[in-house]
Amino acid sequence: MLDFIIGHFNNATYIMLMMIGFYAMTGKTNLVKKLVGMNIFQWSIILFVVSLSAKRGATIPIVFGSHNPGGPAHLDASNYVNPLPHVLMLTAIVVGVATTGVALALLLRIYKKYGTLDENELLKRARSSG
Amino acid sequence: MNIHQSATPILIVIVPLITSFVLPILGLWNRRLVFPVALCALSCSFGLALVLARRVLNTGPVQYFMGGWEPPWGIAFHIDHLAALMLLLLTFVTLLVGIYSKKSIVKEVPDQEVPFYSVYLILASGLTGLVSTADMFNLYVFLEITSLSCYALVSLGGGVAVVSAFRYVILGTVGAAFYLLSVGYLYSVTGSLNMADLARLLPSLYESNAVLVGFAFFVIGISLKMALFPMHAWLPGAYSNAPSAVSALIAGTTTKVAAYVLARVMFFVFEPSFSIDTLPVTTVLSWMAAIAMILGSVMAIAQSDLKRMLAYSSIAQIGYIVLGIGLANGMGFTGGILHLVNHAFMKSCLFLVAGAIVYQTGRRDIRSFRNLSSTMPWTTAAFTICAFGMIGLPPTGGFFSKVYLILGAIDGEHWVLVGVILVSSVLALGYLANVIRYMYLPAAENELDEKVEESPQGESNGEPVPLTMLIPMLILASGVILLGLFNGVVISQFIDPAIPIGLPR
Amino acid sequence: MKDVATSTIVKVVCRRLVPFVQIFGLYVIMHGHSSPGGGFQGGVILASSFMLLVLSDGLETVQRRFSVAMVTIATSTGVLLYAGVGVLCLLLGANYLDYSVLPSAEPRSLGMLVIEVGVGITVTGALVSIFYDLLSFE
Repeated sequence: MLDFIIGHFNNATYIMLMMIGFYAMTGKTNLVKKLVGMNIFQWSIILFVVSLSAKRGATIPIVFGSHNPGGPAHLDASNYVNPLPHVLMLTAIVVGVATTGVALALLLRIYKKYGTLDENELLKRARSSG
Repeated sequence: MNIHQSATPILIVIVPLITSFVLPILGLWNRRLVFPVALCALSCSFGLALVLARRVLNTGPVQYFMGGWEPPWGIAFHIDHLAALMLLLLTFVTLLVGIYSKKSIVKEVPDQEVPFYSVYLILASGLTGLVSTADMFNLYVFLEITSLSCYALVSLGGGVAVVSAFRYVILGTVGAAFYLLSVGYLYSVTGSLNMADLARLLPSLYESNAVLVGFAFFVIGISLKMALFPMHAWLPGAYSNAPSAVSALIAGTTTKVAAYVLARVMFFVFEPSFSIDTLPVTTVLSWMAAIAMILGSVMAIAQSDLKRMLAYSSIAQIGYIVLGIGLANGMGFTGGILHLVNHAFMKSCLFLVAGAIVYQTGRRDIRSFRNLSSTMPWTTAAFTICAFGMIGLPPTGGFFSKVYLILGAIDGEHWVLVGVILVSSVLALGYLANVIRYMYLPAAENELDEKVEESPQGESNGEPVPLTMLIPMLILASGVILLGLFNGVVISQFIDPAIPIGLPR
Repeated sequence: MKDVATSTIVKVVCRRLVPFVQIFGLYVIMHGHSSPGGGFQGGVILASSFMLLVLSDGLETVQRRFSVAMVTIATSTGVLLYAGVGVLCLLLGANYLDYSVLPSAEPRSLGMLVIEVGVGITVTGALVSIFYDLLSFE
């Protein structure tokens, strides 16, 4: 049992983070906290996929001596961590940042128009005005 | 290595994308050039889609390797018959709504033409890239490009639109995050992201937990994007509060491409037998679709705001499309894809009609549409044709797609689903015939007319609907009839060669 | 936060630090292919240098140097640079974004450098424009 948990602790970590983010999205009424919950949700998934690239005893995926022109003669791929999930998750991080930017701009306009960022208060004002 | 392939698949995606980033610079210099340049890019895309479709019909699927790297090392675009059909549909609808949007956007979102057209073109390029790609992670990138542009476009509606857009942001991002998680799980067991490569590597791994969990996350994530019941909470607000041109565009395209992605991954990356036997997703999807069809229609009957009614009707129609995928036989698949194409035309035209009515009279409440056909004859005619298509009357396309769905349900011996399809068609008659009744019959001595004063009205413009708004509506409406008359051509040329292997006929 | 900072420490430290932060940001962009970094990371560091300057000198001073129009042009230029390299490869006869047809010292390195610079410019422009919007709210 302990073996299973230690062997799969990246799954346990990301699920815990995801549930924290999920609770923030659903349980909190402030819109900014919902946005933060969405961020935690996304970041936990990115963390999980990056953790899939780990190898025992391997180093970061930057080739030794790559600053010199000509580079090293040959590489042994098992010395380096799998770089593909890192690169894919870089794109996912950029997407997350863009989504956060859009959501923040929307929150600004909501605040300017309705004067509140609390969900219940907001629905009351939206229903009465629009 | 120097591979040279014909560049049409990538140009369809790149031309709107480059133009979209030229537009802000152009807008700083001369704002009146923005609309013609945007329209030019959209027509270019449509022309290239026609060329590509002809090539696919003549010589079979077309491939394009980005950066010259062959799959599975590189990202590949793979255009088969289904993708060619989707490309034609998406570029056509985007072009027509683009022509419509000129006068409508000037009135509804003043002084924001340059950002509107920039984001519109990014949406167009994201949609076309989404259906062309054959790489799972590239699909996620294009899915997010599409969704981000949708969030921005929906929020332009003013009023409650920002709140609906925020809800759409939260729910859409959760859906995309689930899709990313599924890609991560599939990558962790196979080591590949290319769809053809996954289709080769996965069958030996169907029993492993990672693949099952990955597939489950994928279905949930895509259902969120597609607004399948019970994950439809964002759709009524987003569709009814967005500007009219934006509603028409996203109603006709974004949910359809999500359904396309579902069909693509369920039947082409995974074998159909996986979804039917190993993890009975098709059963779950069929039942959720059945509930969506009934619930959407019932909620639509209860609405008095035209755009909100159309939004709930969209939820019901998504149920039809997913039912076609969930039936998992040849007839059902044909019906689902045919209904996808038909519904894109019909729902876009209906939202364009709603926009035209708001433009000319400022009214959105159905009960105030008394005798509208005398002042707006062509608009109400377009509405009637599309309403006949939604109900499923021949010779419109909606009739044929429902026939195929019913045949598919009979093939699979799901008698309850046959009943659900028929009941939902009758309910569609309920909410659409009501609107037609108001539009064509003159005002009678009716105490219901007093209630109309309380509902929110916009300012009336008074001027008749301009030609740039009328012609796209009429083209889409005639397309609904043409799709019905020529549905045999569409099926035999595009859908039959694309029916996935392993699907029982 | 929009006004000129009143604390001496903030003013002195931010003004002195900004050139170093910018040099570091440019370094991270340029060396993305052989050390940790790349276009996005370097772009974020460059954008943060502008934010530091706003903290110490106020929004108006910075907008005189890096105006909203310039930010829009920067955002578009980076993407056009990236797509332009791809189209150039198309025109030279290979597939889209196939850098091997561009002349470079090591195989494909010129194309990679140009697109990283493009991404850096766009990310800088985008983040600074988000920052300006958040600050101009009243």
